Amino acid sequence: MLYFSVPLGKLVRRVSRLRGGGSALPGLVVEKIDPGFMQRTLSTLPLGVAVVSGTNGKTTTTKMVVELLESQGLKVFTNRTGSNFTRGVAAALLGEVDWRGRLDADVAVLELDEAHAVHFVNKVPPRYCLLLNVLRDQLDRFGEIDKTAELLQHIAAKTTGTVVLNREDPRVARIADTLEPAAVNGPEVLYFGLDDSLLSTFPNDDELRAAPGSPVPPAPAKPQADVVLRRVGADDADFEYDGATVTTHMLLRGVYNIFNAAAALTLARAITGARGSGTDHAGLLAALANVAPAFGRGESLVVDGLPLELVLVKNPSGFRLGLKSFPAAGYATMIAINDNYADGRDMSWLWDVEFDTLREGGVDQLTGSRAYDMALRLQYDDVAIGAVDTDIAAALAAFIRGAKDQPKRIFCTYTAMLAIRRELSKITTVEVVS
Amino acid sequence: MNIYGDWGNALVLAQRLRWHGYAPELLEYNVGDDFPAHVDLIVGGGGQDSGQVVIQDDLLSRETVLKELAEDGTPMLVICGLYQLFGKFFKTRTGSVIPGIGILDVETHGTDERLIGNVAVSSPEFGTVLGYENHSGQTTLGPGVAPLGTTAKGTGNNSSDGQEGARYRNIVASYLHGSLLPKNPALADFLIKTAVERKYGTFVPGTPDDSYAVLAREHAARRPR
Repeated sequence: MLYFSVPLGKLVRRVSRLRGGGSALPGLVVEKIDPGFMQRTLSTLPLGVAVVSGTNGKTTTTKMVVELLESQGLKVFTNRTGSNFTRGVAAALLGEVDWRGRLDADVAVLELDEAHAVHFVNKVPPRYCLLLNVLRDQLDRFGEIDKTAELLQHIAAKTTGTVVLNREDPRVARIADTLEPAAVNGPEVLYFGLDDSLLSTFPNDDELRAAPGSPVPPAPAKPQADVVLRRVGADDADFEYDGATVTTHMLLRGVYNIFNAAAALTLARAITGARGSGTDHAGLLAALANVAPAFGRGESLVVDGLPLELVLVKNPSGFRLGLKSFPAAGYATMIAINDNYADGRDMSWLWDVEFDTLREGGVDQLTGSRAYDMALRLQYDDVAIGAVDTDIAAALAAFIRGAKDQPKRIFCTYTAMLAIRRELSKITTVEVVS
Repeated sequence: MNIYGDWGNALVLAQRLRWHGYAPELLEYNVGDDFPAHVDLIVGGGGQDSGQVVIQDDLLSRETVLKELAEDGTPMLVICGLYQLFGKFFKTRTGSVIPGIGILDVETHGTDERLIGNVAVSSPEFGTVLGYENHSGQTTLGPGVAPLGTTAKGTGNNSSDGQEGARYRNIVASYLHGSLLPKNPALADFLIKTAVERKYGTFVPGTPDDSYAVLAREHAARRPR
């Protein structure tokens, strides 16, 4: 069985690619005929497996960790397709292993959806995990955010080496209390953190509408963080680690992305530290400066010779940060809101975003299956609306036509982003993620 | 409590009052605050189970004043978690009982089943009410209250009787968020009209432009559960 599963899986992968889709199908096939494939293959990696999870920022953070590790000369296996389910990982593995099922890599860095990560870590206990945040995302899948936190806690509990936690997210930080102490066989716990001066730019869900004395879960006393983001500039940032502050240029934009850079640095330093040959700090910072956003995440394309930026928005905190990170002045604005399964069907989160920063210039175009919910939301915030069309292709064409001489920005939910990229690829070069 | 954009309900009431030509004063009440001396309309949201535990003592300490206001006819909108705590009790899955303030003749029992998705309710007073539900507590109505309506899509109060929400005096209780009021202006205007009539004797409506609300309703009604 062992000798047939890999070639067969590779064959299915090839056929399904020829058919132009189905990144997870070959993974499903190999899982069915050879359930031990993934565990067996990943267990051969000298530096083990690192899992990146949380509600927001997984894709960009995983990309950062991979590029940071590659700057240190490590061969990294990752699930680049963004197929962050167990069978997506198996499918990605099939593309990388040789015909005898061997994987030529030092370490695997895997982005895993919160719910699927639980199944994955039961099969493959990771050596490292990085848990980013618990934001009010996909409540239609998980019910309550406390439930999402429990899923992340399970990932941490299965981690054998080092758990990296967000010090500023109380639901994530408290996971440390649930782990066996390192002295009694538990994992080492490291934190990434924010300077106090930046805390107000990251309201967590409990604080979105909370006045002092409101039901906010008490935060634990702040532990020492391994890496702290001290300052965010227009195109640079200050990080503090090993007792010193370094300033680095950043290609990435958006304060949330740059906070996740602190997370990626913490994990990458832990992994390279375990290697024994030390960390090339200059190389690490150079790599960090050059990380470009993952597709759709603050990505800048060029249309009619002017920038067109895609900003993915999935929950109130993310939308608020997006509006804060990308000021509206000088830009034509479109908002595309879908409510497909991958976006979340619940629209209530739009009411926890304040849109007054868009009041001055208005919003030129609204689209997506819930374009009229968005229009209604803007109406209640006194934001002028240009046009509404639930058809994304038509709306995008009208938006580009109407804002020919202006830089453009599109805030979009996940499936709306995919649709917009598909349309844009017909008129401009869009990064292809294979 | 504001886990499902319930803030939107307060925002809609304040903005619509302005559109109707009135100048509202919006007060936020949080745990431990002084209860305002004068209140014309109360709106409250839902929370996670943990949030309900945090507000419990404070809510119980306000039982008398809230009961008086309710019996006097003050319009109120209570969503999800606060709906449950406006009832007699919430018995959790593990058997512990969170007491409510008993303004509504309803009781709630925690279950393992989570009722999640888009909902449409046929209401005799407000027509079709559209929203989204996400709860595992199931509520049954006693003889002292009427349902808000019957579900045409979705589950509502519980998985057996097809009823959603509760109506008592000028209180509207519901599991629907979405937020509830933006896409249901008839319901918003009932609360506004009741509050204004109680305060000034008559309500002279303005002419809010509800064309986006109408279109948002049409699209919401067609979306999958």
